[in-house]
Amino acid sequence: MSTGMRYKSKLVNPEEKQDHEKQYVGFATLPNQVHRKSVKKGFDFTLMVAGESGLGKSTLVNSLFLTDLYKDRKLLNAEERINQTVEIVKHTVDIEEKGVKLKLTIVDTPGFGDAVNNTECWKPITDYIDQQFEQYFRDESGLNRKNIQDNRVHCCLYFISPFGHGLRPVDVEFMKALHEKVNIVPLIAKADCLIPSEIRKLKERIREEIDKFGIKVYQFPECDSDEDEEFKQQDRELKESAPFAVIGSNTVVEAKGQRVRGRLYPWGIVEVENQAHCDFVKLRNMLIRTHMHDLKDVTCDVHYENYRAQCIQQMTSKLTQDNRIESPIPILPLPTPDTETEKLIKMKDEELRRMQEMLQKMQQQMQDQ
Amino acid sequence: VGLPQGCHLPGPPPPGGGRRVPLPCRASPAARNAPGLYPNLWDAPKWIRSCYRPGGISLSGGTGRQTGPAGDPTGQSGLGKSTMVNTLFKSKVSRKASQPGQEERIPKTVQVQSISHVIEEKGVKMKLTVTDTPGFGDQINNENCWDPIIKYINEQYERYLREEVLITRKRKIPDTRVHGCVYFVPPTGHWLRPLDLEFMQRLSKIVNVVPVIAKADTLTLEERAEFKQRIQEDLKTHAISVYPQADFDQDPDDRLLNDRIREKIPFAVVGADQEHQVNGKRVLGRKTKWGIIEVENPAHCEFPLLRDLLIRSHLQDLKDITHNVHYESYRVRRLNESNRPALSPLNGLPGKGEGSSNL
Repeated sequence: MSTGMRYKSKLVNPEEKQDHEKQYVGFATLPNQVHRKSVKKGFDFTLMVAGESGLGKSTLVNSLFLTDLYKDRKLLNAEERINQTVEIVKHTVDIEEKGVKLKLTIVDTPGFGDAVNNTECWKPITDYIDQQFEQYFRDESGLNRKNIQDNRVHCCLYFISPFGHGLRPVDVEFMKALHEKVNIVPLIAKADCLIPSEIRKLKERIREEIDKFGIKVYQFPECDSDEDEEFKQQDRELKESAPFAVIGSNTVVEAKGQRVRGRLYPWGIVEVENQAHCDFVKLRNMLIRTHMHDLKDVTCDVHYENYRAQCIQQMTSKLTQDNRIESPIPILPLPTPDTETEKLIKMKDEELRRMQEMLQKMQQQMQDQ
Repeated sequence: VGLPQGCHLPGPPPPGGGRRVPLPCRASPAARNAPGLYPNLWDAPKWIRSCYRPGGISLSGGTGRQTGPAGDPTGQSGLGKSTMVNTLFKSKVSRKASQPGQEERIPKTVQVQSISHVIEEKGVKMKLTVTDTPGFGDQINNENCWDPIIKYINEQYERYLREEVLITRKRKIPDTRVHGCVYFVPPTGHWLRPLDLEFMQRLSKIVNVVPVIAKADTLTLEERAEFKQRIQEDLKTHAISVYPQADFDQDPDDRLLNDRIREKIPFAVVGADQEHQVNGKRVLGRKTKWGIIEVENPAHCEFPLLRDLLIRSHLQDLKDITHNVHYESYRVRRLNESNRPALSPLNGLPGKGEGSSNL
């Protein structure tokens, strides 16, 4: 079937058919073309998880993407933990579903909030996010822009401990440091230790405190007025359940004759995908099925542009200070390679020189013969 | 005080009669040490009970960690400390519960707040003092957040010491010393956090520390067992001796009993103050969408073990160890510190007219 035929409306009359074909240009097939290209190209998504250890971050990520990214993880023992600093660990996995490929990068932040003194423990994380923005900025301003790798963080899931009553100081400071750089989606972790009334109270409290401290978490976009009622209802429910109270599980248990992901307790079975038990399904739908692209858009259009604007302003103010001519294209200073790459470069230079010498010797020998 | 000849334990006391709060009575299996002091106060015959009645027993349970949001009014302690104390003593002894609706601010420094109650059961009165520590571990920088707590404990020892060295001292010195400190560890399932280790290292030297895993309804049984094992390893690695301390076992029977307890430390507890209907009975528990967690069901959580340890079997032992070991070591430290000659009733009240002395 040709592309032109695919979008033909149902017509009864062959004469009308003729008329319509005259008025039909054919660009209604654009979505299909975009779809094919995107599927071929594949998608990518970078998700950051942050929060204290022991809140079930790794378990939740495994549950969300039905993978086991943390198979070889070793929990640190006592001595190692005393001197632990916040690290940034990346796991990349390529997953495919119905022909659509997704390159998923999970950025983990072990060590966050674990020490006795947690002052500025979010600094490595903000530095990392800034670095990714800077990298993209350089690539974008570079000469060869064919294959830019987008490592920017599209979404940050922040895990709030259910063992408090609301946000703790470290939560507030972290979110305030990051809300202008990345989309923050706050979650209530390990929600299986809360009864429904406690969850309600905690959610209200967290929402109040987020407003009070002026934290700009990721806002779900408004749905269009022409969407159907069911969709609007779902959207409302989604907005009202924020922050999501989630439970994750790495194990499959038998409940009511079915095998489901869940947690087995002496007093009952918690099913992760049961909407009455927790908001995991809402989170998954939001993150993957409905809002993934919006998260990427907001990262590109809002957070990255903010960063870029700031960067350019800083550079232009520096340039005018140095009394240089302003150029329309921001000239980035050449990246200074760090010591590792310098060493490598030197080694390679040495090798090249040696090979050249050998070649010359061989040429000499051949000439002499 | 010794048992008179021919005296024997009466059978289970009749129900009713002067109790404010009903608590089922169970005789403890091993007879504890000091003669005349009954393992189970509520089984003590009348004449011994009358010895206790005037003063009552002061159990100061100091409780550990509380979490809450920054700056503004919080509500309950995040790890269920107040709920736990209420469940333990089956009455509203905790500060939060006794002032319903009052919101508390998270203080910038750790505060130490005590409330005393007198509770009574079967004619035995007990003066219970619960000391809460809001603000512990809440800030971003928690260095030295344990200092106010250590200071409080030492102040109580100091007060007792002063009373003890008076020339004319009271027949019964008012005892405000902390007999036990219940430390609530959050159920992360991984290891003890640096803050937990620092706190317990320091405090286990001056007071009996009983660590418990709080809000244990978020751990499955396997996770609970693994977590406990890791905590026990941690405690061993850092040489933290929690109650019941192995060094103070007095005889093989004690050791056996305490070993069994030590295997299960820290207890995984769940606290609840609401009652629900289960199988026709009213039980204390938490009702979730997937089931009801019964607090007093040993298959669900270890709250009964904690209660038995703290109240039914080791209450007097907690006091004894505090008096014989911790207080004595404090006293030795203080006496060695002072440059003055050793205190004795002949020297008069120290510090009087001798300038400012910490003694």
